[in-house]
Amino acid sequence: MAGPGETALAPGTALPRWFVVAVTVAPLGFLAVFYAWPFANLLGRALDAEAIGDTFGRRSTWRVLWFTTWQAVASTVLTMVAGLGPAWAVSRFSFPGRRALLGVLTAVFVLPTVVVGAAIVAVLPESLDRSVWAILGAHVVFNLAVVVRTVGAVWERLPVDLEHAAATLGASPTRAFRLITLPLLRPSIAAAAAIVFLFTFTSYGVIRVLGTTGRATIEVEVWRRATQLGDIGGAATLALIQLLVLGALVLVSSRVQRSAARVIELDARPRRPSPLGRQRWWVALAAGGAATVVVMPLVALVERSLRGEDGYSLEAWRTLGDTEIRPGLSLGIDPLGALWRSITTAMWATAIAVALGALAIVAISVLGRSGKVLDAGLMLPLGTSAVTIGFGMLITFDRPPVDWRAEWWLVPVGHALVALPFVVRAGLGVVRSLDPDLRAAAATLGAPPIRAWATTVLPALRRPLAVGAGLAAAVSLGEFGATSFLSRSGAETLPIAIERLLGRTGRLFQAQAFALAAILAAATIAIVLVVDLAGESLAGDGLAGEDPARGDERARGH
Amino acid sequence: MTPRARMLAAAVAAALTVAACGDDGADTDERGDDLSGTTVTLVTYDSFPTPDPENPLHAALAAFTDETGIEVEVLIAGDTGTMLAKAELTAGNPEGDVMYGIDNTFLSRAIDAEIFEPYASPAAVDIPDRFTDLVPNDEATPVDFGDVCLNYDVAALEAAALQPPESLADLTDPIYADRLVVQNPATSSPGLAFLLATIAEFGDGWEQYWADLAANGVEIVDSWTTAYYDSFSWSGGDRPLVVSYGSSPPLEVLYADEPIDAPSTGVVTDTCFRQVEFAGVLAGTEQPEAARRLIDFLVSEQFQVEVPLNLFVFPVNPAAELDPVFVEYATIPESPLSLDPSEIAANREAWIERWTEIVAG
Repeated sequence: MAGPGETALAPGTALPRWFVVAVTVAPLGFLAVFYAWPFANLLGRALDAEAIGDTFGRRSTWRVLWFTTWQAVASTVLTMVAGLGPAWAVSRFSFPGRRALLGVLTAVFVLPTVVVGAAIVAVLPESLDRSVWAILGAHVVFNLAVVVRTVGAVWERLPVDLEHAAATLGASPTRAFRLITLPLLRPSIAAAAAIVFLFTFTSYGVIRVLGTTGRATIEVEVWRRATQLGDIGGAATLALIQLLVLGALVLVSSRVQRSAARVIELDARPRRPSPLGRQRWWVALAAGGAATVVVMPLVALVERSLRGEDGYSLEAWRTLGDTEIRPGLSLGIDPLGALWRSITTAMWATAIAVALGALAIVAISVLGRSGKVLDAGLMLPLGTSAVTIGFGMLITFDRPPVDWRAEWWLVPVGHALVALPFVVRAGLGVVRSLDPDLRAAAATLGAPPIRAWATTVLPALRRPLAVGAGLAAAVSLGEFGATSFLSRSGAETLPIAIERLLGRTGRLFQAQAFALAAILAAATIAIVLVVDLAGESLAGDGLAGEDPARGDERARGH
Repeated sequence: MTPRARMLAAAVAAALTVAACGDDGADTDERGDDLSGTTVTLVTYDSFPTPDPENPLHAALAAFTDETGIEVEVLIAGDTGTMLAKAELTAGNPEGDVMYGIDNTFLSRAIDAEIFEPYASPAAVDIPDRFTDLVPNDEATPVDFGDVCLNYDVAALEAAALQPPESLADLTDPIYADRLVVQNPATSSPGLAFLLATIAEFGDGWEQYWADLAANGVEIVDSWTTAYYDSFSWSGGDRPLVVSYGSSPPLEVLYADEPIDAPSTGVVTDTCFRQVEFAGVLAGTEQPEAARRLIDFLVSEQFQVEVPLNLFVFPVNPAAELDPVFVEYATIPESPLSLDPSEIAANREAWIERWTEIVAG
C-alpha cells in the first residue's frame, strides 16, 4: 500500500503497514459509504441506454452544456483578471485593513449563493439584472478569494531578491513581472483557475437567482429534470457528464501544475513592507477595488433588511424572534431556531470533518501515489450534483441495517463531506513540507518509526487543523447542497430558513430573510477572521494561514 | 434500473392494502381504540410551517392526536416537485404514511407512479365535485386550492395613466410593452401555471401568443421570489404587472410591516389558473388505518379553517369559514382556467421545451 512516497524516502523510518491501513480506513470508508455508494446506487438505478440516448438527443442538453461551459470559462478568466491585482497587494504589502479584507473575501466565498445572488441584484443597475453580466459578476465576487488566497500564498513567499536582481540588470517592472514572477506563479494560477472553473461550472444558487430562460447550468438542469420533471435517468446522465468533465479538468490541471512547477526556494516567512511612493496608489487601487466589489453586496444585505413600507425601519430585526406576527397569525418559520440548529450542525460537521480530515492528511502523506487517489476522491463531492447525492442517500439508506434517511446526523455528515477537502487542503502542504531528515534524525536518536513520525508530524498539524476547523464550520453554516434535498422534520438550517422566507409574500419576510443573511454573513466573517488571527499568531504568518502550495480552502454548497 | 419491478411491487402493495381496507371499513369506533399510540408521518412540502406548538396547523394536528391517540410527525420534503420525485424514488417503501401538497399539475405523475393507495374518505362527501372530479378513482383527496393570477401595482399603473389589463390577450397590447414579468415554467410552479393558463385560454394559439408577448418585452425570471420582489414595481422593480397568486393582495395586508388598510396591488380575475392540492395515503405504509384517519382530519373543518392564514390557499371544505381579510381582498374566480391533469402530465415537458424555444428565440 505504501507507495514510493515519503515512507520509502528514509529507510529505517518506514511506518508499519497496520498503521497506514488504520489511518486510511476511516476517511476512505466515510467517502465510500456516504458518497460513492449513494451516488453509484442512484446511477445504477436510473441510468440506462434509453436515458442516455434521450439526453443526447435533446436540443436543450446541448444548449445547457454550451452555456455551462462558456459562462464557466468567462467567469474564470474574469475572476483571474480581477483577482491578480488584489493578490499582489495583499501578498506583497502590509496596509491597514489587509486582514479584514482577506476575511471578508473568504466569508463571501462561503455565503449561501441564493442570498448573495439576491444581494447582487440589489447592487446592479436594473438594466443589468437579467443580463449574463449579472451572473458573471456574481461569480467574480464569489470566487475572488480563491485567486487572492491561492496565488497570494505563493506570491508572498517568492524571494523579492529575484525581481530586485532583474531590476538591477535594467528590466522594467512589467518585464521583470513577465519574465520572472509570472512563470513562478504559473502553477498557483493554474490551481486557482481550476478551482474557480470547478465552482462556476457547477454553479447553482447564482443561476437560480440571476438566470433566465436558456441560461441553465448542468447543475440547475439536473435539479430541474430530477425534481420538476421526475426524469431521474436524464438527471443522472447529466450529473455523470458534469463529473466526467470536472474529472478531466482535475487531471489536466494537475498535469499543468506539475509541468509548470519550478524548483525555487520559497521564503519561509513572507516579508511585507508598507507600500512606498507610487506603489501606494496601485495597492490602494487593487485592495480598494476588491473591497468595494465584495463589500457592496454585504452592505446591500443590511440595506434590504432595513427596507420597510415607507423608508427604513428596524421592524424586521425587532421581530426576528417572534414566530407570531399578529395575534393568531403565525410565521411558520423559526429563524432563531434555525440559527441554533445551524450552529449545532456546524459543530458536528466540524468535528467529523476535522477528525476524518486529520486522518486523511496523514494517510495521503504516507500513502504516496495511492494517496493522490484518496486526495482526488475526497474532492469529488464538490463536483457532484447535489441532487444526485441527496437522492442517492434517500434510496440507499432506506432499509435496515442502514435505515438512516430520517436520522438527524445525516445532515452534519453531508456537510462534513463538502468540508473535508478544505480541512485536507489546509493541512496537507504543511505535512508534505516537513523535512524527512527530521524524522530520520529522530529515528537515528533511537525513536521507533511511529514515535519519530508522531513527534515530528503531530505538532505541525495542530495549526492547520485549527484553520481547517474554522473553514469547515464556515462551509457548514452556508451549506445549501445535498442535505437540502434530504427530508427533515423541523431541522431546517439557516440557509434553508432564509430561502423559505424569501419565498413568502410580505415585505417583512423579505426584510427578515436579509436580516438573517446578514447574521449568517457576520458569523462567517467572524469565524474566518478568528481563524486567520489564530493561524497567524500560532505560527507567525502565512496568507492562506497555512499551506504555501495551495489555499483553495472553500466549498460552497451548490 | 427496474421501474417495472417497482411499479409491480407498488401495485401489489396497493392491492393488498385496498383489500385490507375493504375488510374493516365499517367499525369506526373500534378503529380509534386500536390506533392510539401509533405514529403517522405526514410528508409535506416546504411551505408547511415548521413544528411549533403555537402554530395553528400544528395545534390542529395536536388536537387530532388528543382525539385519536395517533401521534403525527411532520416531515418536510422540499418543494412539490422534489417531494414527488422522492416519493417516486421510494415508491413502495415510503418515507412516511401520508403525503400532502401534490397539486393538479403534478397529480398525474403521482398517480402514474402509483405512490398513493386509493382511499375514499367519508369526510370528503361535502367537497364540491369540481375538486373531487379530478381524482375519479380516489387515488388522492383534494384538500385546498388557490389561483395563479396576473397581479398589478395599482399606483404604478395610475402613474403611467394606464388601466389594468382585463385579460391575457390584453398583455400583447403595446401599451403594456416592457411592463410584464413572468416566471420560467421550467423552474417555477406559478410560471408553469401561467403557461398552462395561456394554453387553456388560446389552445393551439398559445405559441403565437407567447411570440407576441416576447415581442412585447415580457421579462422572464427563474422564480416567484425574483419576479415579485425584484422585478415587480410594487417592490421597487420596474414592472407593474407580475404573475403571482389570487391571495397575494390580502397577504400584503396581513403581513405588511406597518399596518395598512387596503392592498396596493390588484388581481386580474380572468387570467387565473386553478391549482388544487391533494393528500393521499402513501402506498407501502405500515399504518394504513392511522393514515386514513389523518386524511379524514385534513379535510375536516377543524383543519381546513386554519389553511388560509398558514398555507395561503383556500379550503376545499365549504364549511370552513374564511378570515374577513380574505373575504374582502382575495380573488376567488368563479370559473378559473384549468386543464385536465392527464393532459398536463402528457404534454408538460414538450410544452416547456417548445415555450423555451419561442421565448429564447
